[in-house]
Amino acid sequence: MTNDMADDKSKASIKEQINQNLKRVYDQALNEDVPDRFKDLLAQLRAKEGGK
Amino acid sequence: MSSPSSTTPTAELRDPRDELPEHLQALRAFAMSLTRNSAQADDLVQDTIVKAWSNIEKFQVGTNLRAWLFTILRNTFYSDRRKRKREVPDPEGIHAATLSEKPAHDGRLAMNDFMVAFDKLSPEHREVLILVGASGFSYEEAAETMNVAVGTVKSRANRARARLSEMLHLEEGEDIMGNMDATSLAAMSNSGTNAA
Repeated sequence: MTNDMADDKSKASIKEQINQNLKRVYDQALNEDVPDRFKDLLAQLRAKEGGK
Repeated sequence: MSSPSSTTPTAELRDPRDELPEHLQALRAFAMSLTRNSAQADDLVQDTIVKAWSNIEKFQVGTNLRAWLFTILRNTFYSDRRKRKREVPDPEGIHAATLSEKPAHDGRLAMNDFMVAFDKLSPEHREVLILVGASGFSYEEAAETMNVAVGTVKSRANRARARLSEMLHLEEGEDIMGNMDATSLAAMSNSGTNAA
């Protein structure tokens, strides 16, 4: 294969690998359980609102 | 202190506040991308929830709630950061906590190396890469979230990718898919350890 083809291929491949790793980083955090404090906080905010 | 809301939400439109739970995970993941520290990320999400709740009337129902929430979160992050001035980066803790599981050992870019490099990026670069590369946001949504032009998102993302490639020694024209690079990646991570 020519050098140009190799360059394009590797450039796209770099971007693709970076994106794959970014997704891994993001998904790792995304798959963690949401701490209860946030659900509690929402419940508190909701209760304050409703308690008129 | 608090004034009663003048309008009651109509039945046919869903109260956006009811949708907040659906976005908590994404908010947290985005906060982690910015802070790289789970305690800071949680505080940031907490502040974001409170701000979103108390400013919910500013949200236009029917528009992108996630982008709106992300905007609040990143604005809070950057404004806190300006106030604090001093930054205490602590990438070690999060690595120890999350990295050991499955590094990619198939000759591709190792997750370890990637994480180290990712942590070294500025939050602005991490932000743009995560938004356009991982969160599923379009360039337009990222631009809206970051409050910049679409062209700025694209150029910032390119610079961030170039910076990452540089740190990871992924130069254009180099066939990183090829097997020749396993040794240089290994050498790189060794020298990185020595330097640290």
